[in-house]
Amino acid sequence: MGEHIVKLPDVGEGVAEAELVEWHVKVGDIVREDDPLAAVMTDKATVEIPSPVEGEVLWMGGEIGDTVAIGSALVRLKVGVEDSSSTPAPAKPEPVAETPAPTKAEAPKPEARATKAEIAPLAPKRNGAPTAPRRAAGEKPLASPAVRLEAREAGVDLRQVTASGPAGRITREDLDAFVARGPDGTRSSALARKTEIAEIKIVGLRRRIAEKMALSKSRIPHITIVEEVDVTGLEDLRAALNKKPSSERPKLTVLPFLMRAMVKALAEQPGLNALFDDDAGVVRQHAGVHIGIATQTPAGLVVPVVKHAEARDVWDCAAEVSRLAERARDGTASRDELGGSTITITSLGPLGAIATTPVINYPEVAIVGVNRMAVRPMWDGRAFVPRKMMNLSSSFDHRVIDGWDAAVFVQRLKELLETPALLFVDA
Amino acid sequence: MDEIVCKLLVIGAGPGGYVCAIRAGQLGLDTVIVEQGKLGGSCLNVGCIPSKALIHVAEEFEILSTAASGQSAFGLTAASPKIDLGKAVSWKDEIVQRLNNGVAGLLRKARVKIVHGQARFRDGKTVVVETETGARVIRAEAVVIATGSTPIELPFLPFGGDVISSTDALSLAEVPKRLAVVGGGYIGLELGTAFAKMGSKVTVVEALPRLLPLYDQELTAPVAKRLAELGVEVLTNAKAKGADRGALRAETAEGQTKKIAADKILVTVGRAPAVAGLGLEELVLDMDGRFIRFGERCETSMRGVYAIGDVTGEPMLAHRAMAQGEMVAEIVAGLPRAWDKRCIPAICFTDPEIVSAGMSPDDARAAGLDVKIGQFPFNANGRAMSRHGERGFIRVVAQADRHLVLGVQAVGQGVSELSAAFGLAIEMGATLEDIAGTIHAHPTLGEALQEASLKALGHALHI
Repeated sequence: MGEHIVKLPDVGEGVAEAELVEWHVKVGDIVREDDPLAAVMTDKATVEIPSPVEGEVLWMGGEIGDTVAIGSALVRLKVGVEDSSSTPAPAKPEPVAETPAPTKAEAPKPEARATKAEIAPLAPKRNGAPTAPRRAAGEKPLASPAVRLEAREAGVDLRQVTASGPAGRITREDLDAFVARGPDGTRSSALARKTEIAEIKIVGLRRRIAEKMALSKSRIPHITIVEEVDVTGLEDLRAALNKKPSSERPKLTVLPFLMRAMVKALAEQPGLNALFDDDAGVVRQHAGVHIGIATQTPAGLVVPVVKHAEARDVWDCAAEVSRLAERARDGTASRDELGGSTITITSLGPLGAIATTPVINYPEVAIVGVNRMAVRPMWDGRAFVPRKMMNLSSSFDHRVIDGWDAAVFVQRLKELLETPALLFVDA
Repeated sequence: MDEIVCKLLVIGAGPGGYVCAIRAGQLGLDTVIVEQGKLGGSCLNVGCIPSKALIHVAEEFEILSTAASGQSAFGLTAASPKIDLGKAVSWKDEIVQRLNNGVAGLLRKARVKIVHGQARFRDGKTVVVETETGARVIRAEAVVIATGSTPIELPFLPFGGDVISSTDALSLAEVPKRLAVVGGGYIGLELGTAFAKMGSKVTVVEALPRLLPLYDQELTAPVAKRLAELGVEVLTNAKAKGADRGALRAETAEGQTKKIAADKILVTVGRAPAVAGLGLEELVLDMDGRFIRFGERCETSMRGVYAIGDVTGEPMLAHRAMAQGEMVAEIVAGLPRAWDKRCIPAICFTDPEIVSAGMSPDDARAAGLDVKIGQFPFNANGRAMSRHGERGFIRVVAQADRHLVLGVQAVGQGVSELSAAFGLAIEMGATLEDIAGTIHAHPTLGEALQEASLKALGHALHI
């Protein structure tokens, strides 16, 4: 018999601490070697911590959401548990105290009652229509002090509540059912009131997103410009390029063209491809264009980064976007692939709406939002003609980007996308 | 004049008042409590606590006396035991003082301001307190009257000299050789029994046909038997008439005048609300006889004025006052509360002790309820036998049709401690099956509660 302390191992990449995002065990559980104990999350990656030994969990070093330093105690295990008790038994016997409470149907039956017929009406089924409480006038409703207090605080007159407990005792469940049904008691179950409040702890990736969004919105005065772009030409080009089937070339979406357009426009306006270190009061303009692609994953929003878009052609951009999106979605993207952007694109695809107000990926200074493409009637001077139109909603950090510069950037993107040949011409 | 403004003013720091003030303090209410005597009220200073201390001394002494007289059932002997009542009283006083300090500490911790002095209403929101350093005016949004009660004085037996109240009886310098007790209620019997055990020749004069008239005869019979064993003479249907030098004059059931030789005459004929000097005449309070009329929130007929404890009448019990006080504090703090207790257990610390919680069989029948009764005697309980306390029983009263426990009574040695179980069962709405289905540890007196429930269900195991 002894004790083994499992410390939070170095989860790599020079991180000093990690956030506990999930416990796979609880105190009293028996774990075998390599059973997962917990999941921790560093800046971007989630790491499972396996148990190095077999033993019983005695103590756990934190709650979900806590930040744990590398090398600090995560779990204390009692090791050397006798084999007899642990070999064939399930790996995680439930503590006795946690056996589920008996359900209504199993409620103890008063066997010794002289006359069963008298008892029956005292235990009406709750799922049916509420029956009138069977209580003599002036009789005090029967309920424990805790239920009485709860009723009082909920403003419920217990005399109105149908009792299901033994001897006509009003249980907590009776009270909850009454509250859910409403005071008139006639509400049908299909339209039952719901009063429960689910508490979801914001941890892990969600917390990162929350913090990042709050930081961006609280520090950066956003200016958002929405402009429409006629992408008929671009779409024709895209269709032509995609028509040629190729195994090594990916299908092109609008994104790689937009990325190339941004590279071109940013070359003329390097002030937008920058990070604003507002604490230091320094804007760092980057020569390389590293475009973050906001990507929805099952866990939430992540931003994989296409590095050096200025050195990639449309095909290369397309391949890299699709590779990164896949890795982000299945959770295998590395920290490196999820950081280091200098400007970001956000696109909701077919859900992209007419206009959005994108939130800048702090500490960047600009973000380009892609809205839904649609065929709209446009006036060509003589008649309305159907054109494929797409809006761009772009936000800028107004502390360092003036509205004029922002507008110039957006107009340049429009120009490049409406005449896509310009993308391939060195001006 | 010095003026204090507060949210809640509590007048009287007895068990009702100080609990009210502590709870109010916990709830963040700006609270002032006024007390003209010592913190803790009658209960702590001249009631529950000191009487139990003296009763304990008497019990210990009685064990020695029995041993000395060679009557110990299990072979104990002792030689000429003595009692130093002065020392016993100082031990008792020390307990009281520790509790006084405890109450003061609790009030301080709850940030309650304590003002010493006699309070008098000026109007429903304003009270003038005569303190040692002068008058102080206290204005409060809510006022709680918790001034308690005092022993009733008989006009023909005024307190003073050898005519003493329960308060005086707790601080006698020596054990009176002969003690006459006027009033066979629980206070008179608790103290009378204690003095009998300490060596007094005790005579109890009760105007009604039997002792402890609030309890049924089944419960009081073991007490009457024990009193006889202790040599206590009990005169029922007898009326005290007055005191003559060294004697109590009483009219017996037969109408004859009897002189009962007595060094002290203890008058315990009840307690009256202590509202004199409070200036209630300045308020327009509805009264209920001598008591303040109150509602289910302990509210009086005046908005913002509450009454708790003995001023609200019977049962005059410390634990009732405490529950009222706690409730009123929460009401003043704006919480939805009302009196919804099912039972207030009552205990006589006689020998043997009597406990009653909820309805007696008579109460239940008077309420028109069909009852099932289960009674289990202590002479069939191993623990009672092994502590030489076989007298008495536990009785469970339940509604016949649904087996709801309506009341539990007991008489027996040490049964006061079982009151918690009785109260809990009733307050939780337990049925006979609930108690019968609960494992009661063996060997304890409490098993008799389970057995009584089983008996009511028709299948007691040990009888």
